[in-house]
Amino acid sequence: MSHLLEVSDLSVSFHLLEGIIPAVAKVDLALDEGEILGVVGESACGKSVTAKSILRIIPTPPGRINSGRVLFEGRDLIELPEEEMQEIRGEKISMIFQEPMTSLNPAFTVGDQIAEVLRFHRGLSKPEAWGKAVEELRRVEIPDPERRARSYPHELSGGMRQRAMIAIALACRPRILIADEPTTALDVTIQAQILKLIAQLQREIGMSVMLITHNLGIVASLAQRVAVMYAGRIVEEGPVETIFNDHHHPYTRGLLQSVPRLDLPQRDLQEIRGTVPRLNDLPGGCTFSNRCDFVMDLCRRQEPEPRPMGEGHFSRCWLDERPWGN
Amino acid sequence: MSMLSVQNLKKYFPIGRKFSLGQGGSVRAVDGVSLEVQRGQIVGLVGESGCGKTTAGRAILRLIEPTEGRVLFDGEDLTAASGPDLKKIRRRMQIVFQDPYSSLDPRMSVFRIIKEPLDNFFPELDSRRKKDRVVETLGRVGLLPEHITRFPHEFSGGQRQRIALARALVSEPELIVCDEPVSALDVSIQAQVINLLKKLQRELNLSLIFISHDLAVVEYICDPVAVMYLGRIVEISPKESLYKKPFHPYTEALLSAVPIPDPALEKKREARLLSGDVPSPLNSPPGCAFHPRCSLKIDACKEVRPELVEVLPGHWVACLVRGTKFKNIQEGASA
Repeated sequence: MSHLLEVSDLSVSFHLLEGIIPAVAKVDLALDEGEILGVVGESACGKSVTAKSILRIIPTPPGRINSGRVLFEGRDLIELPEEEMQEIRGEKISMIFQEPMTSLNPAFTVGDQIAEVLRFHRGLSKPEAWGKAVEELRRVEIPDPERRARSYPHELSGGMRQRAMIAIALACRPRILIADEPTTALDVTIQAQILKLIAQLQREIGMSVMLITHNLGIVASLAQRVAVMYAGRIVEEGPVETIFNDHHHPYTRGLLQSVPRLDLPQRDLQEIRGTVPRLNDLPGGCTFSNRCDFVMDLCRRQEPEPRPMGEGHFSRCWLDERPWGN
Repeated sequence: MSMLSVQNLKKYFPIGRKFSLGQGGSVRAVDGVSLEVQRGQIVGLVGESGCGKTTAGRAILRLIEPTEGRVLFDGEDLTAASGPDLKKIRRRMQIVFQDPYSSLDPRMSVFRIIKEPLDNFFPELDSRRKKDRVVETLGRVGLLPEHITRFPHEFSGGQRQRIALARALVSEPELIVCDEPVSALDVSIQAQVINLLKKLQRELNLSLIFISHDLAVVEYICDPVAVMYLGRIVEISPKESLYKKPFHPYTEALLSAVPIPDPALEKKREARLLSGDVPSPLNSPPGCAFHPRCSLKIDACKEVRPELVEVLPGHWVACLVRGTKFKNIQEGASA
C-alpha cells in the first residue's frame, strides 16, 4: 500500500555565520491515511525543521533543502512550483504552531483570518466565508462564535487562540494536519482540552496528523506510530506500544527513563549524561555515541543506518541485543 | 518552630489610570497565602500560569513588597526588617529563576556571577578565599574550575542552570526558592538538574520552595505539596496523601489532565476535563474562585469563600463540598 505522504532522504541545513548547521539529515518518514504519527525529540533535534520542509516554509536563505523527496498525491512537493505549493498549504496540508499568539495576525479578527483561507482556496464570497468562519469556530467549541469571530487574537485566552488556529488549519478539511508542539505553551488543563479536540476532529474529518512534541505523555495518548529524533536524525521508529514497551535505541530508553511519572511508584530518575551536542559539532559515527551508556568501538567509527527490528520497527543503532531487561 | 512561616501573604498589583492609582482596582496575584517550611523540607508550590505561584515566591523573599501579611524566617520578621538586618536574613535565602538565559548577566564571567553574592554578603573575605569558594561551589554543581573564565553564552541551558544554582549556593543559604528551575530545560537535562537539586538539598540540609507547573516533577522531589489557584492555596498536604487522594476538585482535575507516557494506560484513562479557562485574577469570581469550572459546585460556592480545613492529618483543603462534608463526617464519628 502506498503512503499518503512519504518523505525520503530529506537533508536540510542552515547556512549561518557560525557555519553550516545540518539540522535534518537523511530523514525517511511516512504518514498513512487516517493515522496519527508522533514525532518526539528534544529541542533542536530537527522535528520542526522536518515538518516545515514538508510544507516548504523553511526560510531560504539561510535554510537549504539539500536532498530529499516529499511524495504527496503522486507529486514531489520539493520540486513543485511555488504557486502550486500555495494551493497545497492550508488546503491539503495544514499546520498549527506552538505559540498561537505569534502565529495569528494581531491586526485581523479571527473570523477574518479563517475567512481568508476559505476565500483563497474555495473562492467563497465575503459573506459566505464569514458565515463558514463562524461555523468553524463553533466546531472547535469556542463559545459564542458569532461574537468571538469579531475578536482580535489579543482578546482571546491562550486556549481560545489555539482553538482559533485549529479552526484556520482545518477550514478546508485538509488531508494532513501538522501540529508542531500544539499545547506546549498551554496549561495542563487547557492542554487536555486541546488534545481531546484534535483527536475528535481527526476522527470526524478522517485526516492524518503529524504530531510534533517533546512530551512523551501526549504521544502515548494520541499517536499510533512514533518517530524519535535526535540530532537531526530519526533514531527509532515504530508502533506506539513498541516504542514505549519494547524500544531498542538507548536514546529512546534514556528519554523514557528521565521523566518522572505519576502512575508509577517513586523510582530514581535516570539522567542521560552529557548535553545535546551542537549540530555543527557532532561526534563521529553514531551521533548519540558520546552520551550512550552502551557505546561500542564501532559506534564511534561508523554511523548506523536504520535497521529493521520488527514489524514496522526501525532503530539506528548497532546493538544487536538490548542490554537491558524488559 | 518552622524555619519559614508565611502568614496570610497578599500581593495586589494596582491597575488603573496613571493619575488615579488604586482607583482602577487591583490584580490580586497572591490573596492570603499561608505556608510553613521546616528545615530540610522541599515544599512544592504547583499551579497553572497566573495562579500567583511566582509572585508568592518573590514576595516571600521580599523581592517584591508584599501588600499584606508576614514572613517569619527563623522567628525574625522579614517583612518588618530593613537595612543590615534585612541583609543578614537575605544571605540565608536565595532564589533560582526559571530561565537561565535571562537570569545570568551575559557580560559577566562565571567567576564574577558567582562571586557577586560573596562581595555583597562577605565583603571581609580576601579575594583568594573568595576564589576558593567560587571554585568549590562550582564543583558542587558539577562544573569544572576552568569554567570560571567563561561567559554564560558558552554554556548550554542545563549548565547555565547549574551556574545559577552555584550563585544561589555560594552565600551558604538555608532556604532557596526555585522558581520553575527545570521548565526551560530539555527532558534529558531536566533529570540531571532535578537529581542535582535533590543531592544538594540532602548534603546541605537545605530547605527549598519548589515552584512548578509540572505535577510529576513536584511529586518526584517535593513533600509537602501546595496547590494554588487564583492567588490562594486550595489544597496543601503531605505528598503521598495529595497524590493518592486529592480532595479539591481542582487538584483532581489537574492530576487527571497529565498525560501518562504509557500507551496502554492512556487508552484506558479518562481525563476529567475542566471546561473553560482560568479566570483573570483581575476580577476573580466571588465565593470560591474555582466555582465557574467546578462540577461539584453547590449554591453556597458562589458566595462563600472556603477556608482551608484539615480533612486528614496534615491534609488541608479549601472546598465547601469536599472539605466540610468530610470534616462533618469525621466530627460526627468522633462525637
